Amino acid sequence: MALLEVNGLKVYFHTRNGVVKAVDDVSFTVDRGETLAIVGESGSGKSVTCYSLLDLLPKPPAKIEGGTALFDGEDLLRCGAKRMRHYRGNDIAVVFQDPMTSLNPYISIGEQLIEPLIYHPDNQRKQSREDARARAIELLVEVGIINPQARFDCYPHEFSGGMRQRVMIAMALINEPRLLICDEPTTALDVTIQAQILELIKKLQQTRDVAVIFISHDLGVVAGIADKVLVMCEGTIREAGDTDAIFYHSQNDYTKKLLNAIPEGAKTLPSRLQADNLLVEVTNLKTHFIDHSKAGRQHKVIKAVDGVSLAIQRGEILGLVGESGSGKSTLGRSILQLAPTTAGQVSFDGNPLTGLDSKQMVPWRRKMQMIFQDPYASLNPRMTVYQTLAEPLLYHGLANSKNIEQQVRQLMDDVGLAHGQMRKYPHEFSGGQRQRIAIGRAIATKPELIIADEPVSALDVTIQAQILDLILDLVERHNLTMLFISHDLSVVRCISDRVMVMNKGVIIEQGDTETLWKNPQQAYTQQLLKAIPIADPRLERSRLSNL
Amino acid sequence: MSTIEEQGTSLWQDAWIKLSKNYLALFGLAIIVLLCVVSVLTPWIAPYGYEEQNLLLGATSPSAQHWLGTDIFGRDMLTRIMYGGRVSLTVGFIATAVALVIGVLWGAIAGFVGGRVDAVMMRIVDIMYALPFMIFIVLLMVVFGRNILLLFGAIGAVEWLTMARIVRGQVMALRKQEFVEAAHSLGLSQWTIIRRHIIPNTLGPVIVYTTLTIPSVMLLEAFLSFLGLGIQPPQSSWGLLINYGVETMEEFPWLLIFPGVTLSLTLFALNFLGDGLRDALDPRTSKD
Repeated sequence: MALLEVNGLKVYFHTRNGVVKAVDDVSFTVDRGETLAIVGESGSGKSVTCYSLLDLLPKPPAKIEGGTALFDGEDLLRCGAKRMRHYRGNDIAVVFQDPMTSLNPYISIGEQLIEPLIYHPDNQRKQSREDARARAIELLVEVGIINPQARFDCYPHEFSGGMRQRVMIAMALINEPRLLICDEPTTALDVTIQAQILELIKKLQQTRDVAVIFISHDLGVVAGIADKVLVMCEGTIREAGDTDAIFYHSQNDYTKKLLNAIPEGAKTLPSRLQADNLLVEVTNLKTHFIDHSKAGRQHKVIKAVDGVSLAIQRGEILGLVGESGSGKSTLGRSILQLAPTTAGQVSFDGNPLTGLDSKQMVPWRRKMQMIFQDPYASLNPRMTVYQTLAEPLLYHGLANSKNIEQQVRQLMDDVGLAHGQMRKYPHEFSGGQRQRIAIGRAIATKPELIIADEPVSALDVTIQAQILDLILDLVERHNLTMLFISHDLSVVRCISDRVMVMNKGVIIEQGDTETLWKNPQQAYTQQLLKAIPIADPRLERSRLSNL
Repeated sequence: MSTIEEQGTSLWQDAWIKLSKNYLALFGLAIIVLLCVVSVLTPWIAPYGYEEQNLLLGATSPSAQHWLGTDIFGRDMLTRIMYGGRVSLTVGFIATAVALVIGVLWGAIAGFVGGRVDAVMMRIVDIMYALPFMIFIVLLMVVFGRNILLLFGAIGAVEWLTMARIVRGQVMALRKQEFVEAAHSLGLSQWTIIRRHIIPNTLGPVIVYTTLTIPSVMLLEAFLSFLGLGIQPPQSSWGLLINYGVETMEEFPWLLIFPGVTLSLTLFALNFLGDGLRDALDPRTSKD
């Protein structure tokens, strides 16, 4: 008998706008020592499935409409609140997505670690403080925290994201669960850290013989870690099977669509770079911030961009990659003069921009635009599509009251939005459509340069492919020059002509995309490229074993 | 820019459609409108004059001649409440409007510009907070003499402080949002960004706080009048009526109950309307 056997699980949300079938007739099994990956795009019901097992969903609106979930023979869906508390944390533990918010900032990590040992209501292993501490330190060693004796009394903010996720994993393991649910455990982490955490989860699973349910949207990550894969879409299972069978012999259209949407390989379109036609020139640019968060009189200076020189030729797509905190976003904002620069020069088409005040910048603003990462935050929620797109046109005098409507329609055609949606507000659109609106706003003023800051990072993989196509198409049709900022190396590779690698505020390597990919010079770049997960189980397994 | 505004009325049109489906808010609106109409027409429809005394009558409980009874001077309570409503509603709306305009602008500018401007502007707010309100009002009265306009100004000038703080907090959070940065990168002027992108997004808390300010302003007026700084008898206001009612609560409870009920009704109506407006002005709530 399997450790967990879910049969015909149905979870519906009863909202004001009707019933949403978040999970509809889902069945699967997980055994000890096995990793089941549930993959799907946002809204597919993959997280709801797992949270309903632990009764972690808000009820109402959620309601379990049917099915059973036998854990060791007992039905989790009908065991009652008291019994459920016994299971949670004891037999079944969860590692959440965001290690920044899932630890209490006011309690030291050691204290949080031993909490379940000392306070869990019906813990047979209830133990003294000293024993608990010893046990916690053992675990910290196991998850790879260096110097755990000293780190035990540190607070969460003293740890990096990857280290916090290690602490979260230690916390999940402390009562020796038999089932570990990992909900996108590496999505918020940098690619090099992601590789370390995946390796850790894999190693722990083997040594402890636990069952793992691994929820992810990233097929590359899944390829290396899963034994079985469940593909979910709109609350239902589209396909289930062994990892190899899913990746190599998929029978399902949706699975194929997901696999095809993964960005891989080089850019297929020819470069439109016009040699000796410099559009942007940055010399020795520095952007420093003062960190006010530290108490006391000594302000710490954060050197987000620390002496960067670069040149963007007209017509090219220049990729800028780096991990979080590398300063890549600040560099983009500094070029547009949206972040106050400390030193150095930025010139656009031969005209210096640094030192201009906001009034003098206005004519230049038209010629350089930005696309932001989060399409939920980058649109004013109180403005309709029409108002959002009309604003730049009217403000810069590119349209008058007679032809504005027609111009907005044209923009909507350009980015692939239906005219009927003109009077709708952003919240009525999906993430991909919102990003189309934001792109429409950016190209409204007919700019020459667009800086795209992680424009597809918040999107699902199939939508991501569509938006990348749209961007390439627009660059072609509107003669755009683009600086494409991303942490996702595969995306950068398939869109850019040239790449720069940024780390700790400086550019450490740059070159033609394919040349750099095949023959990276710097150790950091090599490490970065090696950490990219590949959506091919055999390659990915051999990659992981070589790390 | 006018074209955007003309096309942009849809937010308010949508709001009206949504509001007209919210019966509680409509009820609130109806009560407010009714009170305003009655106040305007009071000189013509009031059953008695507001200073018409009948000392022989004294305080009587509600009867056919005096629906809501009379006070200790034999003045008709219904008439007094109607005349009081004129003062209270005017003070309530105008002083709140003053507080609203100053507070929202002050808070929005401080929060948006940030840095030293913010520090200076907010220290001014702190100083105003610390200034004893009484001394401030007495000072104004001494310098400018007693004047109903001054009363509006003085109350408004005190009430905007909290509004400014609320708006500033909202704006500081909004300022970091990407859509504001997008507006910057479009080259919009600071003032346009504040007006079109920042202030509309602070509406929710502002409306709620406004509906709370109106009744508190009415009570503040009563307090000032009680000290002899606001409205003087024989004129009346709801706050004053309640104050006198409290003194004679044990013998003549109707002198407290009726003005109290009127003020509470206004307060309820304002809250229903405020909640309704907040929802109606948020495009995220559905139209159906």
